[in-house]
Amino acid sequence: MSGGAGAQGASEREGASVAPATSGRLPVRRTAKLFIAGEFPRSESGRSYEVFSHDGRLLAWAARASRKDLRDAVRAARAAQPGWAGRTAYNRGQILYRVAELMEGRRVQFEAELADAGAPDPARGVEAAIDRWVWYAGWADKIGQVLGGTNPVAGPYFNFTIPEPTGVVGIVAPPDQALLGLVSRLAPAIVSGNTAVVLASEPSPLPAVSLSEVLATSDVPPGVVNLLTGLTDELVPWLAGHMDVSAIDVTGVPEDLLPQVEELAAENVKRVHRGPAVDPFSAVAQSPYEITALMEMKTVWHPMGA
Amino acid sequence: MGEIERRATSALEEQQRVWEYSTAPESTEIVRLQDRYGLFLGGRFVEPKSGRYFVTINPATEEPLAEVAEAGEEDVDLAARTAREAWEEHWRDLPGKERAKYLYRIARALQERSREFAVLETMNNGKPIKESRDVDVPLAAAHFFYYAGWADKLEYAFPGRIPRPLGVAAQITPWNFPLLMCAWKLAPALATGNTAILKPASTTPLTALLLAEVIEQAELPPGVVNVIPGPGGRTGGWLAAHADIAKIAFTGSTEIGKVLRRNVAGTGKRLTLELGGKAANIVFEDAALDQAIEGIINGIFFNQGEVCCAGSRLFVQESVFEPLVDKLKARLDTLRVGDPLDKNTDVGAINSRDQLDKIEELVQSGIEEGAEIYQPECSLPERGFWFRPTLFTNVAQSHRIAREEIFGPVLSILTFRTPQEAVEKANNTEYGLSAGIWTEKGSRILWMADRMKAGVIWANTFNRFDPASPFGGYKESGFGREGGRHGLEPYLDLDGGNGA
Repeated sequence: MSGGAGAQGASEREGASVAPATSGRLPVRRTAKLFIAGEFPRSESGRSYEVFSHDGRLLAWAARASRKDLRDAVRAARAAQPGWAGRTAYNRGQILYRVAELMEGRRVQFEAELADAGAPDPARGVEAAIDRWVWYAGWADKIGQVLGGTNPVAGPYFNFTIPEPTGVVGIVAPPDQALLGLVSRLAPAIVSGNTAVVLASEPSPLPAVSLSEVLATSDVPPGVVNLLTGLTDELVPWLAGHMDVSAIDVTGVPEDLLPQVEELAAENVKRVHRGPAVDPFSAVAQSPYEITALMEMKTVWHPMGA
Repeated sequence: MGEIERRATSALEEQQRVWEYSTAPESTEIVRLQDRYGLFLGGRFVEPKSGRYFVTINPATEEPLAEVAEAGEEDVDLAARTAREAWEEHWRDLPGKERAKYLYRIARALQERSREFAVLETMNNGKPIKESRDVDVPLAAAHFFYYAGWADKLEYAFPGRIPRPLGVAAQITPWNFPLLMCAWKLAPALATGNTAILKPASTTPLTALLLAEVIEQAELPPGVVNVIPGPGGRTGGWLAAHADIAKIAFTGSTEIGKVLRRNVAGTGKRLTLELGGKAANIVFEDAALDQAIEGIINGIFFNQGEVCCAGSRLFVQESVFEPLVDKLKARLDTLRVGDPLDKNTDVGAINSRDQLDKIEELVQSGIEEGAEIYQPECSLPERGFWFRPTLFTNVAQSHRIAREEIFGPVLSILTFRTPQEAVEKANNTEYGLSAGIWTEKGSRILWMADRMKAGVIWANTFNRFDPASPFGGYKESGFGREGGRHGLEPYLDLDGGNGA
C-alpha cells in the first residue's frame, strides 16, 4: 500500500503515486481520462469504472468510454491520418524515438503502475516497452526499402511496389500486458503513417493512460493516437463495426469475442490482424511484418520509352 | 504533282470509309471436348458422389459444350481429406527444388498446349480469341514459371523469418479469367508447399479441368491439386467451411467476399479476398490524348469490361472534355463486336444471361437517372449474350453507374478541374483496386499515384499484368496481394523467426 498511512478508505485509493507521500502532505491524485484528438476529456457519458490493483486496492476511477467517445476518437484519427502519413518517414521515426525518450523519464511511474497491475517484473516490462519504441522508430525509413521494391516485369515498364499505411487502425490492447503488450501493437501500427484508436487493457488501464500523457508531449500530432479506457465487451464490437476503421488489431480480443469481431469487420472489409502468439519479450515478438500487416502494397506501372 | 495529290485524296477517302473485314475464325478442331467431365480428385478424374452434373455452355452461341460434375458435400469432404493427406504425405516435406520442377512442368505444358487452352477459354467464356491467346494463356504459363523459381528460395523472401506452409488451400476463382485465375491461385500455393482444392466458377469450368489434365500429365503426387466444380453458394460454401482447410483465397464480388468473411469468422483460417472495383481513369489536359484514348478503350472494353480492375469511371479534365469524348466516340465506332473466335473481334460475348441482365439493369438506371448514353451502331449476333460498347456522359457522382461495379462494357465519364478535385472524386468510392493516370508531367504522376487509394496504379498505360507485379486492393476491393514476392505471403506462416 503506497502512502502507507491510515486505515481510512481514502488513503487506499492513492494507488501508484510517483513519490511516496511525505508525512503530513496529502498527495494529489490524477484523474484517469480518455485521450482523444490530443485532449484529455472525460467520457461524454459521465461514466467511470473502478480500477483495482492485483491485490484488490482501489487505484482509480477510469473513464468508461461510450460509443460516442469511440466515434469521436475515430473521427480524430481519420482527420489526423493524411497529415501523419504525409510527414517524412525520418520525421515519424524521430517522433517515435521521442516517445521512448519521454518514457525513460517516467520509468518510476510506469514501474509502479505495472507493479500495481501485478506484472511479475515491472522494471523489465518498462525497459522492453521503451526499447520497442526505439526499435520500431528505426523502421520508419527502412520498411519500404526492405519490403517494397521494383518488379522486373516482362515488358518495357518501370514497375515498383511500395507499402503504404492502410488508414485508421483499431487496436485492442492485450489485457494482461498493460504496457509492453500495448506498445508492441501501437508502435508498428503508427510508425508507417496509420493513426490509431486504442482500447486499453480493461483491468489495468493506468499504464495506458500514462502512456497517453507521454504521447501528448512527444510531438505526436493530436489524433494520431487516441486512447479509450472502458469495458472491452462493450467497446470492441463498436470498434469492429465502425465503417471508418480500416483495420483492426485483435491481439487483445478475448477468444469468445473474436467470431463477432470478424463478422462485424466484414461489412467494410476491414483488415483483421492478430499479432504472433509469442512471449512479448522474445526477439520474434517485434517484426517488420507487424508493420506491413497494417499496410497496403501499392504497385505503380509506367511505360519506358524515349 | 497532280497524281500525288489525287493519291493523297483517295487515301483520305479510304481512311474515312468504314472498313469491311472478312471473317477470320479460329478453328475449334484443336479442342477435344468430352461429353462429360468428372471431378479431379486424388490425381484422377472421378464420378461425383453427388451424382449430379450440370451443363456448361458457349455464351456466344448458347450451345451446350459439355456436362460437368457438380461437387456435393461428400465430394468436398473427400477433396479436403485427400488434399490434407497429400500435404502430409507428399508435399509438405518435399524439397523446394522438387516442387519447383513440378511447377516448371506445368508452365511448359501450358505453353505447349497454349492454342488449345486459348480456344477452349474463348468457347467457354466468350472472350475474344486474341485476348485468350495473347493475354490469358501466356500469363497463366508465366505465373507458374515465376512461382516455380520461388519454391526453393523462400528463405530469401522474408528476411528474419522461417516460412512454413499452412496446409490445404481452398481456392475459389471467378469466371472472367478462368484459367489465369487458377494460375494466380495455384502457382503461389504450390510453390510455398501447400496443397490445393480449386473451385472454378460454375459457368466456366472447362479450362480448369483441362489444367487438371495437364497436372495429371505432369505427374504431380495425387491429391496435391484437386478440382471440384460446382455452384459458389453450395460447393464454395462447404469448401470454405471444411475443418481441414487452412487458407481460403477468393476472387469474386465484394458481396460474396463479405459473406465468406463472415462465414469464416473465428475459425482462424487465413483469408485473402480479391473483390470488386470501380477504377478511376484520370486524363489531364496535357496527356497524349491519342494514347489515352487507346488506354481508355483497353481499360473498359478489355474482356468486355468483365474485369475487376476495369477503368469504369473516366475522369476528364474539363478543358479537354469535348475533343476527348469526340475521339472516344469515333474510336468506339471502330470496335468489332461479335464472334469471339474471330481473330479480328475486339469485344466478345458477355459470359452469362445473369451477367447480361445485371449490365442491362444498371445501364437502364443510368438512363433513368439522367445520364446521356452513347452506343455505336453495330450489328449483334442473334444468339448468345451481347452488349454494345457503351459510354455515358453527364454522369453525376451519385449515379449508380458511377458507384456500382457494372462488370460490363460500360464507361461512365465525369469531369474535374484541378488535380485535387480529381483525387477527391477518384477516391470517393468504397472500392480501391486500381487507377489510371494520364499526363505527360512526371511530378504529377507521382503526386497522383501517392494519393490514389488503390492497389495498382497504371500511369500512361492500363490493364497491365505480370507475375512479378503484386496485384490486389485497398478498402472494399479486398486484402492480400497476388503476384510477386508479396504474393507468397498469404500462403505462409511467418510466425517462426530466427531473431529479427
